[in-house]
Amino acid sequence: MTTPIAAPPAPPSGALPTIDRASARAFAEEFITPVADVYDRAGAVPEEIQERIGERGLWAPFLPTRHGGRDLDMVTLGAVHEEMGRACSSVRSLLTVHTMLAWALMRWGSAEQIERWAPDVATGRVRGAFCLSEPGAGSDAAGIGTNVRPHKGGWLLNGRKKWITGGSRADLYLVFARNESSIVALLVPRTAPGVGVTPIDDMLGTRASLIAEIDFTDVELGPDALLGPSSFASGMVLSGTLDLGRYSVACGSVGIIQACLEACAHYTTHRTVGGSRLRDLALIRAKLSDMVTDVRAARLLCERAGELKDAEDPATLMATWVAKYFASTAAARHSSEAVQVHGANGMSTDYPVARLYRDAKVMEIIEGSNEIQRITIADEAFREVAQ
Amino acid sequence: MSVTTENPAVPAVPPTEIADRIHGFVRARFPQVEIAPNQDIFAMGFINSLFAMELVMFIEKTFGRSVPNDELRIDNFRTVEAMAGLVGRLRLAVSDS
Repeated sequence: MTTPIAAPPAPPSGALPTIDRASARAFAEEFITPVADVYDRAGAVPEEIQERIGERGLWAPFLPTRHGGRDLDMVTLGAVHEEMGRACSSVRSLLTVHTMLAWALMRWGSAEQIERWAPDVATGRVRGAFCLSEPGAGSDAAGIGTNVRPHKGGWLLNGRKKWITGGSRADLYLVFARNESSIVALLVPRTAPGVGVTPIDDMLGTRASLIAEIDFTDVELGPDALLGPSSFASGMVLSGTLDLGRYSVACGSVGIIQACLEACAHYTTHRTVGGSRLRDLALIRAKLSDMVTDVRAARLLCERAGELKDAEDPATLMATWVAKYFASTAAARHSSEAVQVHGANGMSTDYPVARLYRDAKVMEIIEGSNEIQRITIADEAFREVAQ
Repeated sequence: MSVTTENPAVPAVPPTEIADRIHGFVRARFPQVEIAPNQDIFAMGFINSLFAMELVMFIEKTFGRSVPNDELRIDNFRTVEAMAGLVGRLRLAVSDS
């Protein structure tokens, strides 16, 4: 079942292209979907498509127009990321981490930092990556070993980050490091002396998302590298940035379910078994009905989280946890069923469901593992009902 | 960000209601305990980065003032009274500018 979406009208000559669900789908269908499996096998989203994303204004369209963005609302941003996730989770992952850096810059940056970075971040001339995970610390942010200390009026950064999406291509890293007892955020240009980038290949999923390990060895930074407050409030930079990343991953997971649904509807319509179409079997219909139900539910949860973000309502934080947990677990479940529906074909590179299956697993781990999410959601439940 | 900005779309909250609004938000988040306006909520062990972010978002949305980085100090958020004081200063900062 393909969600009917009207093709967008061509923009007037010289006008900026419209950014909405329909235009994002049209872009993805033309440039990404047909080659997503090629990216997956090659292990990289090519530079050419990243530049096209920039031409369409999709890197950070939520930034204000005065800084080169399009003032796009969060609900529409979610729809764009869903459509990218429907086409290729590696592309969506690159958008996610760039979005996280762009949002953190706009939310926490000084006027000088915003003036310096925002215009190029908005267009994608400068690509961002989010550096939190380390060889020994993933969801456990308190376990961060990368450290930063005052040095010559600025900062000295040392440590190693791992599993950094977009890391092998990014120009600017949003790095979280320990400064005494708090975790602070830093903007670190890739060109800073002491920054080393080692690509990580052959991941299970989102194989084309340019994942890398980033080493920081005696990296000297100016005082303007610090993003946002230090001390007790510095954790808010991480919380807020992860919230937006989680929102993007949730929306991308909806896209995965939608892609599974469409692949299964097409396959079971054309595949026959015992003289009947596969789609006529009750057990197959049950799988598709569950996909339809869950993709709609997950989309509504994402839209609600986006509405709360647009309203700047603090309830968006928990709404996003719930949306990401629901959408990612549903994506993992339905992508597994999609492979099952396709049989041996589903395990081959002839059909997209094997890629969807591998990518969906990643969604249950990134931006806070689902185990961490369940703990947080349960805490909320006890707060709501405690007497 | 060293200055606060005002969201003119947010209706002004009477000064006498500022502390009550903040108190109501904090109590709603932790309904299992009584929290006095002068009680240190950090000392009660409830604060994590998620709640801190919620607090800042609540203050900015309810009172229509952004909280600049240099006001994000722990002492400004220890108690309901301290947060009400912060909101008062942010209002003055906008009216003076």
